Amino acid sequence: MSNPYLTGNSAVPGGVGTGPASVLSPKGTNSANTTNQNDDDGRQGNALIHRNPRGKAVAKLGLGLIVPLALLAAWQLAAVVGLISPVTLPAPTAVFDAAVDLIQRGELRIHIAISTQRVVIGFLIGAIAGLVVGAFVGLSRWVDTLFSPTIGAIRAVPSLAWVPLLMLWVGIGEDSKVILISIGAFFPVFTTVAMALQHVDKNLVEAGRAFGLNGLKLFTTVQLPAVVPSVISGLRLALAQAWLFLVAAELLASSMGLGFLLTDSQNNGRVDRLLLAIVLLAILGKLTDAILGVFEKWAIRKWA
Amino acid sequence: MLLPGAMELYMSTVLRAHRTQAASTEGNQTLPLTFSSLTRSFGSGSEQHVVLRDVNLDVEAGEVLAIVGASGCGKSTLLRAAAGLDAPTSGAVLIDSTAVDGIDPRCAVAFQEPRLLPWLSLRDNIAIGLPRGTSSAAGKAKVEELLGLVELDGFAGHRPREVSGGMAQRASLARALARNPGVLLLDEPFGALDALTRLKMQDLLLRIHQTTPTTVLLVTHDVDEALQLADRVIVLAKEPDVQGATISRVLEVPGDRPRDRGSAELAALRSSLLSSLGVDSHQH
Repeated sequence: MSNPYLTGNSAVPGGVGTGPASVLSPKGTNSANTTNQNDDDGRQGNALIHRNPRGKAVAKLGLGLIVPLALLAAWQLAAVVGLISPVTLPAPTAVFDAAVDLIQRGELRIHIAISTQRVVIGFLIGAIAGLVVGAFVGLSRWVDTLFSPTIGAIRAVPSLAWVPLLMLWVGIGEDSKVILISIGAFFPVFTTVAMALQHVDKNLVEAGRAFGLNGLKLFTTVQLPAVVPSVISGLRLALAQAWLFLVAAELLASSMGLGFLLTDSQNNGRVDRLLLAIVLLAILGKLTDAILGVFEKWAIRKWA
Repeated sequence: MLLPGAMELYMSTVLRAHRTQAASTEGNQTLPLTFSSLTRSFGSGSEQHVVLRDVNLDVEAGEVLAIVGASGCGKSTLLRAAAGLDAPTSGAVLIDSTAVDGIDPRCAVAFQEPRLLPWLSLRDNIAIGLPRGTSSAAGKAKVEELLGLVELDGFAGHRPREVSGGMAQRASLARALARNPGVLLLDEPFGALDALTRLKMQDLLLRIHQTTPTTVLLVTHDVDEALQLADRVIVLAKEPDVQGATISRVLEVPGDRPRDRGSAELAALRSSLLSSLGVDSHQH
């Protein structure tokens, strides 16, 4: 028998009186009904949902899926009933068929792989550069005064403006795309790192100095750990930027990747593939962001 | 042929070299400290603002010196100069006859706030104070010993935010002691604690001073605390029409520690000190 205090509403003595409890408490009303017949199971199920943080997360994820699934259903319904012409908006099933078709041709795997590879490499280069430059600007008033206006001006250049220049300088290869994505990933990391370092608690830094820490040792002992949570939120922003810049790079000059799939489908009038590319970009962006999100949670627990 | 004076100089140099070597290996030697014509001003030109003016004082090795004064009179500035966190505009702080220049390994500071790193356990925070080059085994043993000394044995693995203010302040004190300082600098270390915790911390400080007798400079705004803990109390104050505070009074506190908090003698000294600080004690 589980500890009654661990459970939600079924903590009513003896497991009776489920009626009022289930009315008052919106949580776990489903298990309340079963409590009369199957006391133990009801409690344990309830406890799993409300006590276990993983159970909570799963419940939240489930609720978060309601709206996308409803939209999908409405979309399908509209297509089947014939409200919108399939040329303008193909049904979800048509998009699914397009996916299956591309998978069978072996193309989809390549598009996804090459796009992900570009994002990952570009993101890593941009993030590391942002971390290093941001650290110098954040730690040194001189570097800040000298370089910040220039960096700010470069930042103001719209992403697409770099594309022609990169094409001429680097050529239409992987390098130009990776560089563009690195530029996109650089700035969020740079800004958050520089800002966070400038705002590290002065008292803590002074205490570190008073105990003989300086230079790199002071940085790794006091300043870096203090900014870890902000750095990771900077990384999440940078990752979102990386996907943004990926599409910019692939739209203009590429023969592979999800951005290419977008332009190619536009030229061929394949709206089903176009929608597929958009859905894939959404899924991949969300997925990579979720990975960093887990990392962020861990880091905040450890460092904040 | 050597001049007699040169021989003497040579001998004293040898002796000093020997002594500093001993200090660097043991590190636990208590050191004398001297403020020599120390002046500190901020800003320049017409904006110049003198905080401390011509402070001269010899502090003996092992002495506990309390520094009292109205707020803003430069007590902390004096202490920061001794720690090397701040440089005097003119004059110098000498520890064991050599001038403090930059962060000094012979000093350790405990601040008014604990200033512990929030992401480290109390144990790891205390270890920050260990002198560079301490072997990990020796460091570990030292930290455990200090945890016992400040009565934090059971909380070594806790983060600073998981313990009370008094416990965090004890960890901060232990971190300073981990440095094996020749001079321990305390900047209103108990100022932010509640009255009861403050008394307990004062007793703890006395016990620590008994087991490891080091020179202590204690900045405080609490006259009772100064009288309870110090061998001597100095009052920093401004003279009328002159910028910058200086030592206006040096008071020897009689009696061995721990002193009776209720003693009449201390009560008399208390009102005398308060009047030095511009507070008429009969009005309270």
